[in-house]
Amino acid sequence: MTFADLLLQQTINGLSLGAMYALLALGFTLVYGILELINFSHFNVFMVGSFVGLWVLQQFGLSGQEIVLAGLPLVGVLLAAFVVTMGVSGGIGVAIERLCLRPLRNVKGPAAMITTIGVSYILFNIVLLTVGADSKNYPNPVPAIHYHIGGAVLDLRVILIWIVATILMLGLYFFVQRSRLGKAMRATAQDAEAARMMGVEVDKVIIMAFFLGSALAGAGGMIFGLYYNFTSFLIGFTAGLRAFTAAVLGGIGNVPGAMVGGILIGLIEAMSAQFLATAWTDVIIFSILVLVLVFKPSGLFGRIAPTKS
Amino acid sequence: MLLEFKDVDTHYGDLHVLKKVNYSIEKGEIVALLGGNACGKSTTMKTIMGVVRPTRGQVIFDGQAIEKLPTAERVRRGIAPVLEARRLFPRMTVFENLEMGAYLRKRGPEFDQDIERVYALFPRVKERRDQIAGTLSGGEQQMVAMGRALMARPRLLCMDEPSMGLSPIFVEQVFDIIQAINRSGTTIFMVEQNANMALSIAHRAYVLQTGQVVLSGAAEELRRNPLIREAYLGEMQVGATT
Repeated sequence: MTFADLLLQQTINGLSLGAMYALLALGFTLVYGILELINFSHFNVFMVGSFVGLWVLQQFGLSGQEIVLAGLPLVGVLLAAFVVTMGVSGGIGVAIERLCLRPLRNVKGPAAMITTIGVSYILFNIVLLTVGADSKNYPNPVPAIHYHIGGAVLDLRVILIWIVATILMLGLYFFVQRSRLGKAMRATAQDAEAARMMGVEVDKVIIMAFFLGSALAGAGGMIFGLYYNFTSFLIGFTAGLRAFTAAVLGGIGNVPGAMVGGILIGLIEAMSAQFLATAWTDVIIFSILVLVLVFKPSGLFGRIAPTKS
Repeated sequence: MLLEFKDVDTHYGDLHVLKKVNYSIEKGEIVALLGGNACGKSTTMKTIMGVVRPTRGQVIFDGQAIEKLPTAERVRRGIAPVLEARRLFPRMTVFENLEMGAYLRKRGPEFDQDIERVYALFPRVKERRDQIAGTLSGGEQQMVAMGRALMARPRLLCMDEPSMGLSPIFVEQVFDIIQAINRSGTTIFMVEQNANMALSIAHRAYVLQTGQVVLSGAAEELRRNPLIREAYLGEMQVGATT
């Protein structure tokens, strides 16, 4: 492989990882935008989503690596798996908000954030105790079709991941920009009290943010399984911290920023694994986190400053 | 009677803010609420909107007690705020801000009519409709804030310091528009530091001091009241009475 081929190959890999981080980063950003809360339980909603997707695929008879379905039935099964995974993950997010965070809504200080860490460990241990500590094989239901671009290889599976991630991100973007509830979300993020006085029911908006963010994290968890061909109770922390870095890099609270930040983190991971060493990936990513927080805490796409005149 | 406060008390923790306050506002009136800093003016507005709940007493809107209703329900019944310091959604466009004002209403011909009405009242708002609200000047923001409130088709418009931070020419314009809005049938309850301007357009006024109504009456009479002249119209340099 020439250098150009390597670069292209790692770009392909990086975009796949980036799509996953972006989906995960959106959940941090949606919730932070409205509640100014870093939701650490999000890490393990992603992990649970990965297992829900695995379970749904198994229900359709997809386990192992052999291809049992093709064409439209396969598309249908994958679609169903994504929909169920996102629904269940979204539901978990809503339950976390209702049961663990809403009672703390008016408590000042870090109580809510610490609670999310606790919830994260609860999810982590539930999965550890029920499915066990060993990593599980993820089915690879997509036919092994490879496209060669120069020396680089592009799998059909990767294209599928890109398509799913693109649809979800565009969907979210248009929801937030155009729909009535999406506008209420933005308004609440910018001035919750004023939004309330326009008639926005802020609790509903918060529920919506948790549902959407968690659903996207679930989709991200399934993409993790399809991409790496395994899942485990451990996957939440590393992916979650990297996605959190992506959200901060893009400007936490900023929806397009989280998407771009996610893609960038994915590309950085892929490039550093190729051109440096995998062991350095986290050093680089978390150095970026620290540098952004120190020198440009508003991120690459920091918000337009409101004028108070 | 459109809005009535009956012996309303409010607290922030241990702080007793409104003390047995009574207001009554008739349909079609402009009523001004005057007073110095921290006398309970803004708390009055927040109590009407349901952001602050009274600890005692009743708030009656159009014959029904509303003090226990959530804010959204009050907006639905026809109360809309023009908030202190405008409080636009700074990263949304002017048009989106107007849309938020009509959040609880359906889109359709009525909505389009109201948008046109706001544009007719504030031609500048029409010019700026696609601009990000946070980049407008203070005066333009005040116009958007008033337009946003009108988009709710309110029966009662609650304005918190509409003149704050505006240049004198703009203040005159804003007060002219408030009168025009009132003439078209909207009742207005207005908190204002600029007592002179407020009394020039109001029908009646209340004066609030440390959470209690100390004076009330027709605006004309209050303008001639020596206490008011001293304390709020700046005719004598007497120490602040708040």
